[in-house]
Amino acid sequence: MAIATQEGRIDARHDYVRAAPVEAMPAPGATTGVVGWIRASLFSSPGNIVLTILTAALIILVVPPIIEFMFTHAVWSGQDREACLPSADRPEVGACWAFVRDRFSYFIYGSYPIPERWRVDIFFALLAIGIVWMLWLEAPRRDLGALYFFVIVPIVSYVLLTGWPLIGLRNVDTSLWGGVLVTIVVSWVGIVFSLPIGILLALGRRSTMPAVKLFSVIFIEFVRGVPLITVLFMASVMLPLFVPDAYSPDKLLRALIGIAMFASAYMAEVVRAGLQAIPKGQYEGAMAVGLGYWQMMYLIILPQALKVTIPNIVNTYIGLFKDTTLVVIVGIFDFLRTVEVSRIDPKWAAPTTSATGYAFAALFYFIFCYGMSRYAKGVEARLAKSDHR
Amino acid sequence: MSIAEQSGPPKVSPIYDPKVRSIAYQVILCGVILFLAYSAVRNAADNLARAKIASGFGFWNQTAGFDISQTLIEYSANSGTYGRAFWVGLLNTLLVAAIGIVLATIVGFLVGIARLSRNWLMAKVSAGYVELIRNVPLLLQLLFWYNAVLKALPDLRDSWSLPGSIYLNNRGFFSPAPVFQSGMEFVLGAFIVGVIGAFAFRIWARRRQEATGQQAPVLLVMFGLIVGLPVIAFFIAGMPATLEFPEKGRFNIRGGLEILPELVALLIGLTLYTGAFIAEVVRAGILAVSRGQTEAAGALGLRTGPTLQLVVIPQAMRVIIPPLTNQYLNLTKNSSLAVFVGYPDLVQIFTGTVLNQTGQAVEVVMITMAVYLSISLVTSMVMNWYNSRIALVER
Repeated sequence: MAIATQEGRIDARHDYVRAAPVEAMPAPGATTGVVGWIRASLFSSPGNIVLTILTAALIILVVPPIIEFMFTHAVWSGQDREACLPSADRPEVGACWAFVRDRFSYFIYGSYPIPERWRVDIFFALLAIGIVWMLWLEAPRRDLGALYFFVIVPIVSYVLLTGWPLIGLRNVDTSLWGGVLVTIVVSWVGIVFSLPIGILLALGRRSTMPAVKLFSVIFIEFVRGVPLITVLFMASVMLPLFVPDAYSPDKLLRALIGIAMFASAYMAEVVRAGLQAIPKGQYEGAMAVGLGYWQMMYLIILPQALKVTIPNIVNTYIGLFKDTTLVVIVGIFDFLRTVEVSRIDPKWAAPTTSATGYAFAALFYFIFCYGMSRYAKGVEARLAKSDHR
Repeated sequence: MSIAEQSGPPKVSPIYDPKVRSIAYQVILCGVILFLAYSAVRNAADNLARAKIASGFGFWNQTAGFDISQTLIEYSANSGTYGRAFWVGLLNTLLVAAIGIVLATIVGFLVGIARLSRNWLMAKVSAGYVELIRNVPLLLQLLFWYNAVLKALPDLRDSWSLPGSIYLNNRGFFSPAPVFQSGMEFVLGAFIVGVIGAFAFRIWARRRQEATGQQAPVLLVMFGLIVGLPVIAFFIAGMPATLEFPEKGRFNIRGGLEILPELVALLIGLTLYTGAFIAEVVRAGILAVSRGQTEAAGALGLRTGPTLQLVVIPQAMRVIIPPLTNQYLNLTKNSSLAVFVGYPDLVQIFTGTVLNQTGQAVEVVMITMAVYLSISLVTSMVMNWYNSRIALVER
């Protein structure tokens, strides 16, 4: 038996026993650090090596041409198509950014009269304040923010954008609106209307009243079962037939109605999923303290249901934002349409103009949609954390 | 006042009775809807009469008088009716949807699995693809493929030619086409018999395995029946099919299979777009199978292949199938974007040309919506049935 003395020294007769643990040896160099990581994640087996080589080949094949197109061979300035045509001293022409620079204000405002464009800028600013207020979960007075976003901004921007001669803002016909302005207006109207209507439809679908339930189910399933294009067609060619001639809505309004209907049906299903996640005890508890139906929904159920559905709501908004591109079909100049019109404009027609226009549009949509999806992911992670008390 | 008098339901005004209220709400809702419907119909009748537009479905049998660039059934501008044009459009829509679903499933499963790969580079590239595609509108992607890629291909004279008489130029994609002679029915019959036989064998093999524990080489036999039987029949019938090769002339390409550039662009766009969404569905499905399942399979001595086949995939499929169906429906509905690249699908032919020519907006839009609606409803009915069959049976 090994008997260590108090000082840690070992009895001479038993010196094959250690009194203190051996210092751990460093891990083999090939399994740690950068080298180890590369070996484990890229070259762990023959199959893995082949995959790595194939993927790397794909990257080498795709990425450098894109970088050349977007940056090194790109044309940054010029007056017209001459700048972007291949010539003797520049045989390879990349993206024609000069075209985007020239058309930039058209992309943003469409044909909105130039002296009135400050109104659009104010609209963007008002909207940006509202969006930050709503998305920033720790912002002060978020109830006021909701009021601002869902009530004040719509009224102010309606007056601002369409004009009100009484206070000195001349009328601007909606047929002149275009570009990012229309894309933002259409998606924002979809966002503002789809949430409340969607909540009502979701509540209707879970209602005990057969007529209300039937109506909600028919509306939701009907709209979700058909493509957005047909809903827009319906709004654009059938709606004018259904109202008296004098009240025939203008083109933009028709598209807005179609988009709002479409988004509401999808939102209803998202909200319904949230409502289903609320335990029955919450309903029973609310009824037990004597709340009526609307009080129960407003104070107890919806705050919980909407909180867990925020990520899905934002995902629906992403879909809606992408879907706004389809309003072209009813003759509205949204952002993508302004790009389409500009790219075939003879002033700028060059071999790479189309690709440049599409690249710019893709960048625009990607930034917005990716931002929204990152936000949804963040909220999701936050909710998951708050569940673990 | 005695206690007896207080019992029984208290007297309240009927206004506060939930039942009365509920009936009142429903009556009001029905009234509003009926009123709106009535005034809509009346306005529509007024407006149509003023614009001198006929109503009803009389236009169905009128001569259409326009040409369609891709027809799967016989159709010509002079003899085709609007009804015939409708069927042409519907078949074109179903063609795109069917091919698109097959391709998108392949892309989606490959990318979804690649995203979970232990190979870092592969996983990142797949993730990049999914994020890029999902955050850019489908319409923009379709326009890009059609206008910036396919229209930018060389013209006919300098078309790219691949081995096997395959040509690619800005007029489309040309490849050899099989031409069937009589006797092909025989091969088709053999194929159908093969498929039925294969599934019957599978059921029999499973029953025998459950009863006796003996395994049969199911995959091998199924493959033999489905592929082998038609091949044998093909040779017995004296090879009743030949390949027709496209011939490149100076101004056009004759013969062979011609695929319109519109169809190619639509298929590329729909496949890549829906594939990215399917990849996410597949990834979520695989991640939903807990690690314990794989570890338990390993503890029982199963190797990687059987673990995947017997433990992981069956459970993942249960999670994957419902959202996958949704993606298939989305692809079918998104195929209506064909109208933007000029592919003659249902919306382009019917809601576009026919609507413009007849002016009968209500009927045309209603018919189009009914088609998509029935596709959606039938699919979700089949899915609900399938779902209830594979759903986890809990205690």
